[in-house]
Amino acid sequence: MDSTVTTGTEENVWGGGNQPLGASYGKLMMWFFLVSDALTFSGFLAAYGFSRFKFIETWPIADEVFTHVPFFHGNYPMYYVAFMTFILIMSSVTMVLAVDAGHKLQKTKVIWYMFLTIIGGAIFVGSQAWEWATFIKGDFGALETKGGRVLQFVSADSGDRLALRDFAETLHEDRVDHEKKNGIWYYKGDALPSYSLNEVVEGVKSNPNVLIRTELINEDGHKTVLTRDETLKKLKDATLVVEGANLVRNEYGSRLFADFFFFITGFHGFHVFSGVVINCIIFFNVILGTYERRGHYEMVEKVGLYWHFVDLVWVFVFTFFYLV
Amino acid sequence: MAHEHKLEIFRGLLKFKSNTQKIWGVLTFLTLVTIVEVGLGIAKPESLTHSYFLGMKVLNWIFIILTLVKAYYIAWDFMHLRDEKSSLRRAIVWTPIFLVAYLIFILLFEADYIYHVYTDGFVKWNF
Repeated sequence: MDSTVTTGTEENVWGGGNQPLGASYGKLMMWFFLVSDALTFSGFLAAYGFSRFKFIETWPIADEVFTHVPFFHGNYPMYYVAFMTFILIMSSVTMVLAVDAGHKLQKTKVIWYMFLTIIGGAIFVGSQAWEWATFIKGDFGALETKGGRVLQFVSADSGDRLALRDFAETLHEDRVDHEKKNGIWYYKGDALPSYSLNEVVEGVKSNPNVLIRTELINEDGHKTVLTRDETLKKLKDATLVVEGANLVRNEYGSRLFADFFFFITGFHGFHVFSGVVINCIIFFNVILGTYERRGHYEMVEKVGLYWHFVDLVWVFVFTFFYLV
Repeated sequence: MAHEHKLEIFRGLLKFKSNTQKIWGVLTFLTLVTIVEVGLGIAKPESLTHSYFLGMKVLNWIFIILTLVKAYYIAWDFMHLRDEKSSLRRAIVWTPIFLVAYLIFILLFEADYIYHVYTDGFVKWNF
């Protein structure tokens, strides 16, 4: 009963029940979390910038790495990532519309907009999985030198990139993939690449059309292509065949590039994934009428904040990973 | 909860009739900005990639500024910071901006220093 409350009146600042920022406890805590999460992401992106400025002349060029679109062959730099960005912004819009419908207590509208948001998020996570798969699988293949630098190949006529399969010789060497089933002494061994170092080296030697492209970026913003003589000389430094990417080495260039790619887009992808899960929970709560009975849809607003934040982070990841 | 919405964007240049309309308006704007970004990224005009400002390509400055513009509209209209009290807005926005600006400043300066050590020093790493 109201009359039992004797301490603390409306005018008393310390009496409780005050909302100096005009936001509820839950919403403020969501903002607390988002600000700290924003700082985490900023830390990652700043570290990326650090590594990139450190190797500013040899960093891989994103347009040449992310050129694939599902179901299409060819060179389409960035179109797919732009599509992913649009999907995420679009799902952000349906989320705001859900929040807006929530304010007006229109349950069916909230349900439909939440549903569309979840679909958008799922498409995005799927696209990211596909990006990762393409990135890990690689395309052209490369050689690694003693110093850990990556040598790629281009055609002397057209200047297009050459894949190892385009020129590598097939030598009849004894190449056996060391697998666990082959012996009890097995501990671990590197998986064999599709071509051995010898086969690639012989292929370059017998094919005058093949030139090496180093990591170094020239004044025009392109990677430096060596002459035929330089190519043959540089070939002696090669120690490994690299195909695709993992956390140790990648065919695109600087090792840190793949590490940051996995780490930052992975961390973001994990956020999107958990966002989809949380959206699902709220979605079912809306269907069950939990918020209808509660009289307000503030929970939808709170997960909405999280969802927009994920979109906001992606805008920055998109710029710093794919554009700049 | 802030129930009344401020329906103006671009400092009152554009005024919408309802919140829903404003959302679609902001979406259109964000899409346009993204299209411009991707267009520039694919075209890479010579005039922008060969001119520098503060040691960075003008094109990259354009990307970063457009990103901040997008971030502003996502935070202000989608996360409805526009409708919140200014004290809450400032606490949320300025805290990370100060910290991140400082972090970027020290890290990039340090990285540039290391770059010079690598290029001018006597350690061979590119072999």
